[in-house]
Amino acid sequence: MQEEGQESREIYIYDTGEGLVFSYGPQHPGTGHFRLIVRVLGDTVLEAEPDPGFVHRGEEKMCESKTWITNVPHLERPAILDSAGMLYPYCLAVEKLMGVEPPPRAKYLRALMAELNRIGSHFYYFALYGVFLGLPTPFLWCFGDREFIVDLVQFIGGQRITHSYFVPGGVRNDVLARVPPRLVQHFRTWYSEATGKRPSESELTDDFRKYALHVADFIDCRLDYYWDLILDNAIFISRTRGVGRLTPDEVAALGAVGVTLRASGLRRDVRVDEPYDAYSDVKFEVPVLTEGDGYARAVVAFREMRESLKIIRQLIEGLPDGPFKLKQHPINIRVPAGEAFARAEAAHGEMAYYVRSDGSDKPYRVRILAPSFRNLIVIPYTGRGKRIADIPVIYWSNNFWPVEWDR
Amino acid sequence: MSELHGANPKLAAALERLKMVLGDKLQGVTVDKKIIKVNVASGALVEAAAILKEMGFDHVKGVTGIDLIALKQSENAIELIYHAGAYLDGELAPYVVNLSTKLPRDRPVSPSLVKIWPSAEYHERETYEMLGVVFEGHPKLKRLLLPEWWSDIPPLRKDYRPPGRE
Repeated sequence: MQEEGQESREIYIYDTGEGLVFSYGPQHPGTGHFRLIVRVLGDTVLEAEPDPGFVHRGEEKMCESKTWITNVPHLERPAILDSAGMLYPYCLAVEKLMGVEPPPRAKYLRALMAELNRIGSHFYYFALYGVFLGLPTPFLWCFGDREFIVDLVQFIGGQRITHSYFVPGGVRNDVLARVPPRLVQHFRTWYSEATGKRPSESELTDDFRKYALHVADFIDCRLDYYWDLILDNAIFISRTRGVGRLTPDEVAALGAVGVTLRASGLRRDVRVDEPYDAYSDVKFEVPVLTEGDGYARAVVAFREMRESLKIIRQLIEGLPDGPFKLKQHPINIRVPAGEAFARAEAAHGEMAYYVRSDGSDKPYRVRILAPSFRNLIVIPYTGRGKRIADIPVIYWSNNFWPVEWDR
Repeated sequence: MSELHGANPKLAAALERLKMVLGDKLQGVTVDKKIIKVNVASGALVEAAAILKEMGFDHVKGVTGIDLIALKQSENAIELIYHAGAYLDGELAPYVVNLSTKLPRDRPVSPSLVKIWPSAEYHERETYEMLGVVFEGHPKLKRLLLPEWWSDIPPLRKDYRPPGRE
């Protein structure tokens, strides 16, 4: 360490060169601490360089000083709205190392939680997409409706967002059979309001399955309104169409993930390519568009929510009975020496972990390959030559989460 | 070879090709349920990557560096892994090939693979700051996540002790 006062700060970006340089961020440019260093000439962007790292917490280093199970709560923090997606591949990788498989009920509950989180996260995507373009209404709508998803997540996992629900070997707790009547009553009013249906006392009861299926119905119904509000909105279309366009070859070369990938015509989804847990038992489509622009990405995200609802219905209807977790020590599990690579489809895209064990109670190395980090390269690539007003679309259309790429 | 190897002829062909071209420089291939891993000598990294790219692995999912000094069988080396995947080729999409090499810990220098896999650019920058691996020929090898004034050793090296965790 250098002595105090001697540290050298290299602020390299504001100095020379053509055009004017300005900083987009780092105090929440829309969402999350992130800075985009933009060089402009008139209204034309010459260069847009991401400068991440404002919330870097050294998760990978942290993993090396915690045990296999106590790593769970902090590993879900990179993207709190999608904590299931963040944790999923970690559990899969550790299970691969241990050579175990979770019981069927755990597989279904995990997939269910992952899909609920995906919908919650996509709601956030639309909420902020609106804010980025100066449409504040989607924010209020999305957060209002997301609340019913969060209620369900809380009922299953015990917490609204960072639920630490997944553990290597299963899930932390089983889902209860009965939903608190207070929750059902509250939901019933909004359900009737949105769908126009009046479910009888026997249709919508405090039975978990019935309640969850009705929540899926409710969200499905609300999505029709979202199409009119956001995706069929003339302002939204004119701001996003043709912005940040990528061809299939370009996304493949850049290694982009999630909606960016699928909006450019590539049908790649880990849930289909390499099915894990309960995903081999459910039927769904992978929405794909070929335009590859900001609008196509929003449409893909929208359709993904519909597909997630389909998956949720199938999972709830087919939820098997039985144990929800392997019999193992609650805190200290034994993981044999070796290395494993596992991936899963998180809300923001393909999430992967490389895990190495040396046989001790702590991981030797945990590498978090976060989807947002992989999409980061898309910003400088698509930003060049665009106009200043396009920056919010170029940034947000890729479904980013700054804390996730900082880790 | 295990069942994964037999399952996909394209993957088998890629691994076979690596074996044929690299010869002795290919130090080992692991194909099992946990991981598909190809170990090459550090001099053969570019060649191996070019072959993988040609065989359909069009992007990398990440670059991992591991400091091997604290292992039970301690090695004075840094392991570098490129996690290569396929998007355009649907048959190869279920597989991720982990291309690995070992660099001397005192002077971890490796050729950059950005020319072969543009997607490796930011991952290599992260490995540079976190483990001190220098990528020769990288277009912009500078800090990404760490603050500009960071002056300690690279934090993911095993001899770096985070303050307050002694």
